[in-house]
Amino acid sequence: MSLLGDRQQLAYIAAQAADARVNVELETEGMTLNIGPQHPATHGTLRIIARLDGEQVLWADPSCGYMHRGYEKLTEVRSYPQVTALVNRIDWLGSFANEVPFILAAEKLMGVEAPSRAQHIRTILFELSRIANVTLFLGDLGVQLGAVTPVFFAFRDREYVLNLIEGATGGRFHPNFDRIGGLKDDLPAGFIDETRNVMKKLRGFCDQIEDLLFGNEIFQSRTRGIGVIPKDVALQYGMSGANLRASGVDWDLRRDQKLPLAYDKVDWKVITHPDGDSFARCWVRLQEVRESTRIVDQLLDTSPAGPIMAKVPKIIKVPEGEAWVSTENPLGEMGYYVVSQGDMGPFRVKIRSASFNNISITPWLLKGVYVPDIITILASLYFILGDIDR
Amino acid sequence: MSSTTDTPTETPRDDVRDAEIARVCAALGSAVVDSLVKPNDDMWIRVTADAWRSTGETLKSLGYTYFGFISAIDWLPSPYGRGEDDPTAPPVERSMVIKQGYAGGDTRFQVIARLVQPFTTLGINIKVDVDDSLMAIDSWSQVFAGANWHERETHEMFGIGFNGHPDLRNMYLPTDFEGHPMRKDFPLLARMVKPWPGIVDVEPLPGDDSEEEGDAS
Repeated sequence: MSLLGDRQQLAYIAAQAADARVNVELETEGMTLNIGPQHPATHGTLRIIARLDGEQVLWADPSCGYMHRGYEKLTEVRSYPQVTALVNRIDWLGSFANEVPFILAAEKLMGVEAPSRAQHIRTILFELSRIANVTLFLGDLGVQLGAVTPVFFAFRDREYVLNLIEGATGGRFHPNFDRIGGLKDDLPAGFIDETRNVMKKLRGFCDQIEDLLFGNEIFQSRTRGIGVIPKDVALQYGMSGANLRASGVDWDLRRDQKLPLAYDKVDWKVITHPDGDSFARCWVRLQEVRESTRIVDQLLDTSPAGPIMAKVPKIIKVPEGEAWVSTENPLGEMGYYVVSQGDMGPFRVKIRSASFNNISITPWLLKGVYVPDIITILASLYFILGDIDR
Repeated sequence: MSSTTDTPTETPRDDVRDAEIARVCAALGSAVVDSLVKPNDDMWIRVTADAWRSTGETLKSLGYTYFGFISAIDWLPSPYGRGEDDPTAPPVERSMVIKQGYAGGDTRFQVIARLVQPFTTLGINIKVDVDDSLMAIDSWSQVFAGANWHERETHEMFGIGFNGHPDLRNMYLPTDFEGHPMRKDFPLLARMVKPWPGIVDVEPLPGDDSEEEGDAS
């Protein structure tokens, strides 16, 4: 009796061990799974070729390039003010944020600084595009896990933010509002009151999402402990933004870098999470939306009066030199390395986009995970295809 | 209290970056060909091609653990200019003299990388000349894992090889694509067939009414 019990127990343990080492004990036929390029979880057209053993990924190979538009080449035949129209389309959900580092790099080379009102408005619009971008992430996150409701809330509340951006700039997705030396226009009448209202709504949205998703048991069990990225690996791959802060790295270019933006004039926190798993990445982004609404609220109160444009020549020629400027964009560190040879347009622009580095970790990260987790991990890494392919 | 009489500051000084570049140059020794500090802005060094890989390792051990990017610059002026010409007109004579950037250079192609010290945002741009006959340098993919994709991109866009790279497949382009699009002598075909109408930027700047040319607004 007891012997049989022991045997049963041993068999059970052996079966468990076999489960853990599928490659050794349970010889299964390998299989290649092709995800995308037209998969809803890929935010565009990312294709992932995964070699599976049972339910486990042996290796995964993301293949991009389905949306490569050659912006680096195109910048070489445009003048500086025209480049902003191109870079708008890199991360299309937070377009205004793409313009800022390029304009700052050009201003740095020219030795121009935008007036302080322009800096404030830039920061407000920068944060609004972050809110619009991450709001959609939070809604989309639910869809990836089978929860359909949050995405409707997200689209509803993102609309308020897009209306604000449209009111100020004239463009919902591609504002093209930033100019070397300042901004195209001042804020419209009624913008401040309306923004306050919207920020209140967005904080309500964050609470709603936190209730709906983050407290949900299914969500937690699908994301906690899944896709863990240690700190040093994240740094080596050049991951940035919320993905890096979710690995416990207290580093935010808005705070740690001296740029002519208004972040040092407001009181806000950098959110970090020690875990580095999918849950941490999502949680950090949720909290960052809250912080962004706080930043916007304070900037609305403290924006100084004054001009929105510095004195710049009508025909912009940027002196010879090289400059690197990067900012903390919704997706992470976005930087431009601009080489000027004294022309009307740049000689060479290297666009360092956040998603390219963030996604380059996937071959390492997806190794050994289970198939349903691929989707969760990709969703939590949060990439925009335009930001990978440029 | 007027601060105008304090110190005659002709050139701004940046003690942090000056000290940092001295530390880097001391650690790298003879590998450094040239270095440059722009005060309160950034640092540049240029290293020899032989020491490219060891430069990455040394800088990593010096605390530059955050990988920024790797790319290349083709210093040849474009034979097609900015594409503003009428494609039916005879080609314009252009100066093809190479004008090098910060920290100098001797070759047409340079690879540029950027590393950052986390938590200080003290970054350094590292340049290396790529010999025209070899068109290859060592790979950083074993030093910084993130360099893998960046080197693949640089390889397909500029045709620069990376010795020791595990897998230099094309990142964006089809496998059978010929040519290297980011080279200056690779024509931007859209501009070759039709002149670009947008080369003249006509939008007036806000608050700049005095120089408006007759256009009533």
